[in-house]
Amino acid sequence: MIEARELTKQYGAKTAVDGVTFTVRPGVVTGFLGPNGAGKSTTMRMIIGLDAPTSGTVTVNGRRYAQHSAPLHEVGALLEARSIHPGRSAFDHLMALAYTHGISRARVAEVIELTGLQSVAGRRAGAFSLGMGQRLGIAAALLGDPQTVMLDEPVNGLDPEGVLWIRTLLTALAAEGRTVFVSSHLMSEMALVADHLIVVGRGRVLADTTVRELVMRAGGDTVVVATADPAHLRQVLAGPGVEVSGHPGSEQLSVTGLSTREIGLKAAEHGLALFELTAKTVSLEEAFMDLTKESVEFHAASTPARAA
Amino acid sequence: MTITVDTRNPQAVPAPPTGSHLKVTGRRVLRSEWAKLWSLRSTWITLGLGLLFLCVFGTIAALRYKSVLNSGQPMDPDFADATTYSLALFGVPFSLIALGVLGVLTASGEYSSGMIRSTLAAVPRRLPVLWSKAAVYGALAFVIGTVGALVGFMISSGVLSGTAVAMNISDGGVLRSLLGAGLYLGVVGVIGVALGTLLRSTAGGISALVGTFLLVPGLMSLLPRSWRADLTPYLPSNAGESIFALHHSAGTLSAGAGLLVLLGWTVLALGGAAYRLMRADA
Repeated sequence: MIEARELTKQYGAKTAVDGVTFTVRPGVVTGFLGPNGAGKSTTMRMIIGLDAPTSGTVTVNGRRYAQHSAPLHEVGALLEARSIHPGRSAFDHLMALAYTHGISRARVAEVIELTGLQSVAGRRAGAFSLGMGQRLGIAAALLGDPQTVMLDEPVNGLDPEGVLWIRTLLTALAAEGRTVFVSSHLMSEMALVADHLIVVGRGRVLADTTVRELVMRAGGDTVVVATADPAHLRQVLAGPGVEVSGHPGSEQLSVTGLSTREIGLKAAEHGLALFELTAKTVSLEEAFMDLTKESVEFHAASTPARAA
Repeated sequence: MTITVDTRNPQAVPAPPTGSHLKVTGRRVLRSEWAKLWSLRSTWITLGLGLLFLCVFGTIAALRYKSVLNSGQPMDPDFADATTYSLALFGVPFSLIALGVLGVLTASGEYSSGMIRSTLAAVPRRLPVLWSKAAVYGALAFVIGTVGALVGFMISSGVLSGTAVAMNISDGGVLRSLLGAGLYLGVVGVIGVALGTLLRSTAGGISALVGTFLLVPGLMSLLPRSWRADLTPYLPSNAGESIFALHHSAGTLSAGAGLLVLLGWTVLALGGAAYRLMRADA
């Protein structure tokens, strides 16, 4: 369980995290979603005490991270930035962390096996590919058998097999009743693993919801319908909870609140011929873009700059 | 090379072999820092150099002195006041740089590589990391410095036996002074760790170390004569040198006072390091 209350972090004049409040619960995978520069990594660094909040608090299982007697047993974290000395072997790196908590050599061997690093455990971490480095980071995160697993962009640099492995792992960890908190800037990736979503943009929480609700809020499911007499169809479809919109002079209408089946039946009842009847599902990606478009830090220029 | 991908089902996450016995203790952080030190190749190389400089440069100085002596030519001014002891410890400044640099690296290397994030995630109270690094590395530099000084002296006294400057390890004050040289190098190691932690940069830490021990003493000649005489003995380098000086002239501190002054500088550096470690984001 991670609880952030009015968590704020300023770097000079820039506010990276701006009064963020959320709770990450055990037993489910919680996705932490937002565009680049939204404050995800900063928030995660504050959770494990690497950065001190400017104001507000964040606790892990009821206490500040640093107040736990065995921090690695509370939270296992994979940070976005590389956190490994390139001159040390994977095994020595894990052993050095294990010693601080009295974690056994057998457990180190176990996480090496779990992350599939057996064949390279004796090699210098500096020679590792991005994917292997990521696995070593995950091995370190799991080392203390933590109740909360926090991973910052874990699929970065992984091949498809590795991505699948991460998904399986996250689901398994949550199924064991652990708190799983995963950040990503890819909605599609989150949709596959996360049960719950915390969406941030420009340091603020934009949504704290489930994947399903997020889609509903972004406009839900719309039906596009076309007919020769759209004005008549409007009257026929009107009712509580139904919204119809369309451009004047166009045969097309957009309807929310009714299924294709209901629209078809009502049209038939009134003898209206339909030329089109299409259900349009808002994709998660669209919902996410819609939610965060105001808060994207770095917009790509939509038109090429003109030479003066 | 292949990596096996483990896509086993939920049971793939092993049952907790761990649990309530897990706890961060001072001893365990010490153990971790010890393991970190020895798992890097740079440690072996630099410690080897530190030891080598002490043994080899002393030997070369002794051989050179003896050859001049045997040839009957007038002695170089540099060697005029030489003793077996001073010749044997010719390598101390070089060893000091090697051991001090490694001290800086043990701390600054964590920042440049990002390892510090893993370290502080494991020990979020932070200060035990600094104390452990300083203790582990200081002790190691002390052992290397002492062994190097002893071996260097043995070789040199062998080379110079029978000459006018011959000295034996059992001569008054020699053993104590050789231990003092080891102690000096040990404290310099601690100062290196403190500078690395304080500045968080290898280049910065090494510059500060070299500046303090090699350049600042030279700058003292810019000061008015009366100030110079008052201040110079209290510089880290001069105070340190008086710890292992066999004979103390009027202008230098006694071995005990020199040690106290150097420890004062060390406490200052460690205090600054501790302050930055606790107050600044990692």
